[in-house]
Amino acid sequence: MSFWEFTVDASYFIAAVLFIVGLKRMGSPRTAKSGIKWAGIGMVLATVVTLWHPAMEAGFFRYVLMLLAIGIGGAGAWYTGKKVEMTAMPQMVALYNGMGGGAAAAIALVEMYSGSAFHHGATVLTLAVVGALIGGVSFSGSLIAWAKLEGKMNKTIRLPGQQMINGGVALLTVILGIWIIASSGSAPVLVTIFFLLSLAFGVLLTNPIGGADMPVVISMYNAFTGLAVAFEGFVLGNAAMIIAGTVVGAAGTLLTLLMANGMNRSISNVLFAGFGVDDGAEAEGPEGEMKSVEAFDAAASFAYSDSLIIVPGYGLAVAQAQHKLWEFVQMLQKEHDVDVKFAIHPVAGRMPGHMNVLLAEAGVPYDLIFDLEEINAEFPNADAALVIGANDVVNPAARTDESSPIYGMPILDVDKARECYVVKRGKGTGFSGVQNALFFGDNTRMVFGDAKQVCTDLANGLKQI
Amino acid sequence: MITGFVALYIFMLAAFTGYEIIGRVPAILHTPLMSGSNFVHGIVLVGAMVALGHADGFWETLIGFIGVILAAGNAVGGYVVTERMLDMFKSSKD
Repeated sequence: MSFWEFTVDASYFIAAVLFIVGLKRMGSPRTAKSGIKWAGIGMVLATVVTLWHPAMEAGFFRYVLMLLAIGIGGAGAWYTGKKVEMTAMPQMVALYNGMGGGAAAAIALVEMYSGSAFHHGATVLTLAVVGALIGGVSFSGSLIAWAKLEGKMNKTIRLPGQQMINGGVALLTVILGIWIIASSGSAPVLVTIFFLLSLAFGVLLTNPIGGADMPVVISMYNAFTGLAVAFEGFVLGNAAMIIAGTVVGAAGTLLTLLMANGMNRSISNVLFAGFGVDDGAEAEGPEGEMKSVEAFDAAASFAYSDSLIIVPGYGLAVAQAQHKLWEFVQMLQKEHDVDVKFAIHPVAGRMPGHMNVLLAEAGVPYDLIFDLEEINAEFPNADAALVIGANDVVNPAARTDESSPIYGMPILDVDKARECYVVKRGKGTGFSGVQNALFFGDNTRMVFGDAKQVCTDLANGLKQI
Repeated sequence: MITGFVALYIFMLAAFTGYEIIGRVPAILHTPLMSGSNFVHGIVLVGAMVALGHADGFWETLIGFIGVILAAGNAVGGYVVTERMLDMFKSSKD
């Protein structure tokens, strides 16, 4: 083993350790900040020593190209990453993830076009082919997910016989893949068609999925890219890629399942059934009168409460009201001695934990924020609950009404609080199109208006007391 | 080359490691963690560099070049957004 071979292998080993330690540290709020830095050091180390990788062919032009490509990709991502709004974070993660999948597919293509993937036996070749497929699907699928969440593709197109078309394309792709493996020689045309089919499959698979389910899909593609990276790691004999890719593949799979569980849906349900497509029996909406109050009256009621639990939803972030809300909460805490807690549903925001990021952005400390399991027992003892920009996650029908499309989804029991205030833009239904019985409850008061305006009014109301 | 059962062992152990790392994480960190794991598979950059490093001819070089751009975007973008998100988390005791 030459000096550089040893240095590269040793650096990859250290990088793999740093990645695992970094991810572990990201699992706790206290150590999370250092976690990403550890992983970052590993990445820089691995990237720099790769310039001396033994498989590199010498050539000035080659190195110029390499550094130029790193510069273009890195600078573009740096700029967009610094600029992106926190509300747009899920689609940005999707975009970066798609790029990783595309890179894994590009590796596979180079290895197959050059024929080097065919020199190490059927197993390595199979991994190269499967990695190209997964990477390609992750690439095109993530781009569709990004476009949808970014609002660039508002229409959800479902072709007639969508499942048949998807199945057909999938079957064709697999047959071609097997053909490539069996032919055991580089056939550029076959490889190109195979890759284009895998891109098409990613588009077809993602296109019919609605925006509400997109976080699950993004997380799934994150796991896909991890696996594709691991498989191409086997092809290149690169241990750092194998380990990092596999760790992400497994972690991403678990994260995807956790997200789907939070929404009470299975992965196959997300992928192969559109929400509300077969709404044969239109559910009878709850009837009754909504009782509305002004923000000032709500503020007065909160000021004289001992405890308040706030349930923020994505609507809060869309209205950019989280800063005003936190201002109001600080006044309640300091001037009126109210015990304020935030309750976050697992699927609040656009991704699990997205709402936490949005609250953190406004300056809310994480020890005031509680999960569904931690907080649900506290609602019966709370003087008041305040729901802002959330709807389906507080709908009691999920507990009681078996005919409701959201039946069985765990919800936050705000209806059990002594008083419940709901801030809402208008009288419409939620994301799932289901009317909410909570709004008609005896102890529920509606505060109609834009979330940001209402939060401003709440704070002003408090000043007048 | 890492092949045969050694490869399988590495794959299995790494998979369990990934599973265990995520298993007991509070939901508040799920978004940063997804973003952080997205950054970690940015290691595909080293593979893309090697692929470009031994690519022959115009098309292979072009695909390798695009691969490195995409991989660098994955790594750098993943790092920047994860760090930005985590920087915002603070405790009221700080």
